[in-house]
Amino acid sequence: MKDRIASAFAHARAEGRAALITFVTGGDPTPADTAAVLDALVEGGADLIELGMPFTDPMADGSAIQLANLRSLSAGTKTADIFAIATAFRTRHPNVPLILMGYANPMIRRGAEWFAAQAKAAGVDGVICVDIPPEEDAELGPALRACGVHLIRLATPTTDVARLPAVLEGSSGFLYYVSVAGITGKQQAAQASIDEAVAHLKSGTGLPIAVGFGVRTPEQAAAIGSVADGVVVGSAIVEIIGQHGAQAAPHVKDYVGSLRAALNAKEPAR
Amino acid sequence: MTVPNPLPNSLRSQPDARGHFGQFGGRYVAETLMPLILALEAEYRRAKADPAFEEEFQYLLRQYVGRPNPLYYAQRLTEELGGAKIYLKREELNHTGAHKINNCIGQILLAKRMGKTRIIAETGAGQHGVATATVAALFNIPCTIFMGAVDVARQAPNVFRMKLLGAEVRAVESGTATLKDAMNEALRDWVANVHDTFYIIGTVAGPHPYPELVRDFQSVIGKETRAQMMEAEGRLPDMVLACVGGGSNAIGMFHPFLDDTDVAIVGVEAAGRGIELGDGHHAASIAGGAPGVLHGNKTYLLQDADGQITDAHSVSAGLDYPGIGPEHAWLHEIGRARYVSVTDDEALAAFQKLCRLEGIIPALESAHALAALETLAPELGKDKIIAVNLSGRGDKDIFTVAKALGVEI
Repeated sequence: MKDRIASAFAHARAEGRAALITFVTGGDPTPADTAAVLDALVEGGADLIELGMPFTDPMADGSAIQLANLRSLSAGTKTADIFAIATAFRTRHPNVPLILMGYANPMIRRGAEWFAAQAKAAGVDGVICVDIPPEEDAELGPALRACGVHLIRLATPTTDVARLPAVLEGSSGFLYYVSVAGITGKQQAAQASIDEAVAHLKSGTGLPIAVGFGVRTPEQAAAIGSVADGVVVGSAIVEIIGQHGAQAAPHVKDYVGSLRAALNAKEPAR
Repeated sequence: MTVPNPLPNSLRSQPDARGHFGQFGGRYVAETLMPLILALEAEYRRAKADPAFEEEFQYLLRQYVGRPNPLYYAQRLTEELGGAKIYLKREELNHTGAHKINNCIGQILLAKRMGKTRIIAETGAGQHGVATATVAALFNIPCTIFMGAVDVARQAPNVFRMKLLGAEVRAVESGTATLKDAMNEALRDWVANVHDTFYIIGTVAGPHPYPELVRDFQSVIGKETRAQMMEAEGRLPDMVLACVGGGSNAIGMFHPFLDDTDVAIVGVEAAGRGIELGDGHHAASIAGGAPGVLHGNKTYLLQDADGQITDAHSVSAGLDYPGIGPEHAWLHEIGRARYVSVTDDEALAAFQKLCRLEGIIPALESAHALAALETLAPELGKDKIIAVNLSGRGDKDIFTVAKALGVEI
């Protein structure tokens, strides 16, 4: 079967631009609203979708995504709802890669094998787990790989040369570079540090490099897109959902459209 | 439950090289923190091997904390309960009024070795916050304490103490605004300030090597108890008993006795309004929880079928946490320790009983261990000995207790 993640990066590269990766929390503000938001992301021009699994204790997230988690859980979102959202998305969008992102506990609660099988059946292409580093890979990695679901790892400003191979071992799909040592949200990395980090990562892997954390404006997205294979935007979209609730979809589409336009205008990734 | 691997020759040799106690423990943290966790572990190994580190630690425990504290024979309590002879390990006599300071001394010495210039910590009851603020003042390092807004309200005296000691106290409004949320916020701060900040975790939880190093620093409790019991009775106790929230006072008492198979080990969880009432009414992770991953380690957690963390409740802020240290989870699973639970009401009754019988106002946390004596002491019988860890003093709790008793002060 064709690898939707690889295809999406190849497609963007062929168009001479970085891929746009967008994050929203599943079930925010309610499970029934998420389909329209996901469609808006795709219509706005997102190449890959990260669907956040809500968790009561999102330790790596800033206030925007913390609030999104709370809204989702307050609306009664269950793990079953997340898989239902994913399954329906896959039916509507056969070719757009869908990645589940979240924390370990909801993923392993019923066993990693159960989670991996559900993800596969729902048409999920990859999983990002914030709090399972390579050292604890056995908790989730083998089950995902056995099902052919990508385990996408994070590299950070603290991931040095000596450690990078451990991060890359067993990771696939793409490498997510967390550009700031910190939580999701408003803090932004200097472009020069991103340029340097992406060059360092590219010397270690052939995987596409996506850069996220603190990316908010089309200008920032374009600057990052000029060096990276993908740009991840999350908190800024989640804030729009926080502001507009069930009516957020058109606003999300406009904002994502502005990000995509900025990426389209740029030179091919080096 | 079955144990996948045969038990080690000594139960005191855990965790393994990867920080696991059986299936529990580990290092479940964001990638940003991993290099720092590894550096901390390496530094801790060096410190452990350095006699100068141990010497400074022991000096401060002696001259600053006031150790050794007594192992006191509670004669009136023993007579009242009519069973085993009860000894109280008087951690409440330590400087700052609880066992928490033992660990803080050890960790601030590590912070100094690592050249860190800023200290953060989480606190529930405020005891760990006060102890951290204390050592930060002593070592002249700026310090920020994260505390749930609910706890800030119910532990006002400790908040003021921390401020007097020069710490910044940040009230955490997110989630349930209690200890777990304070820990989330401390982790968020740490991940953004890894370059200069040392996180002094207050209990035997969090990513490896914290459960190990906090245990090692707290083990002074059990080591002293062993020696003092030998001196007083010429033998080891038949049972050691301590309350368990995260479980640092308990593991400090238990660990030196793990290989003494004749010594029964009992931890007391907070049953709150009653475990039978379900989620949100208790803080008993072993009795009412299931294994999962939170705050960097795998352990028993209060959680729902989807792995969402459920609210803990206890009248005692220090036990109001939805998890338990991974070594306790392991000791439970292999059957070396037994975990029982007592309710808010039982703890409040034991609190008052110790005040009146022994002239000691215990912390509400410690009152849980005392409440368990009501059944354990008579069960064990008169020719037996129980050593109870009196982990803290109760001055901080008088407002909570007054409220529970319907008294206005």
